[in-house]
Amino acid sequence: MTDITRLCNWIAGTNASILIKDETWIIPAVQSIHILAIAAVMASIAMLNLRLAGLIGREQSVQQMAHRFLPWTRRALPVLLVTGIIMITGEPARELLNRFFWAKMSMVVIVVSLTIPMQHLLEDKPFGALPVAKRGTLRALALISLALWLSIVFCGRWIAYA
Amino acid sequence: MTPTDLAAWLEARRFAVFIAQSDWLFPTIEFVHVAAIALVVGAIAMLDLRLLGVSRKDYGVQELAAQTLPWTWISFVVAIVTGSLMFSSAATRYIGFTPFRIKMLVLLAAGINMAIFHLTAYRKVHDWNHQLPPPNAARVAGTLSLCFWVLAVFCGRWIGFV
Repeated sequence: MTDITRLCNWIAGTNASILIKDETWIIPAVQSIHILAIAAVMASIAMLNLRLAGLIGREQSVQQMAHRFLPWTRRALPVLLVTGIIMITGEPARELLNRFFWAKMSMVVIVVSLTIPMQHLLEDKPFGALPVAKRGTLRALALISLALWLSIVFCGRWIAYA
Repeated sequence: MTPTDLAAWLEARRFAVFIAQSDWLFPTIEFVHVAAIALVVGAIAMLDLRLLGVSRKDYGVQELAAQTLPWTWISFVVAIVTGSLMFSSAATRYIGFTPFRIKMLVLLAAGINMAIFHLTAYRKVHDWNHQLPPPNAARVAGTLSLCFWVLAVFCGRWIGFV
């Protein structure tokens, strides 16, 4: 038996896990909250990434857009984390023994890490005032980030099928 | 022809059978459905929160509507198409599911709410475009809209657990 299977068994034996499984409404309700938080993250990140890619809202500075949308991302991420932990506690094997879950987590790490070079490239200037090379790189990173978020949603859904 | 007859006819179409029998097609369609819903709910929430006078108060309602409605419509169409495809694959079962029926009623209610708002208060939007707090009609429409869409997400998830 692998370590991770042992971990799953241990989690499944805890009172919290048993409670979550017994109260059958908890997992669907928590999943729904998870989906609403995904909506908040996707909408805010999409707006910001599309702005970074120079595709929308060029009349506003990136900082204005970030100021407007990042609070939503910041509020939603802890909700995703907490609901995710509840789901893992209730059904540990479903997540922890699933390659789509691990693919999803890896992509979350990557997409969050991408914000570091993106912030470096960002200067609080209108998109058009940035040098062409930076605009190009930002555009590419923004599109990669969007693609990653979609893949994260994809893997999230496929956990149920793998 | 009863609804059940219609559902049985739909379920027997070749594309419906194909979806029902495929390993990967249903989950893939479902992923697109979830992504579309995330965008619809995100975009609608942005406008609803403005109708409530809670956020993006520096924007006029008309300007924000112009920005969000294209996304709302495109994602909504994608959600309807993907939803219909999934529905077809097991139509006779779905029409008997309580959460499915409730979800359809909720979406209908959301649509009626939007239509009433557009035909009444929104007609005179230039009068209250920048008014804070917005008129009661706008706040009621925004609140109802948010409630209906959140309820639709919960019902949608519940369908998966029947």
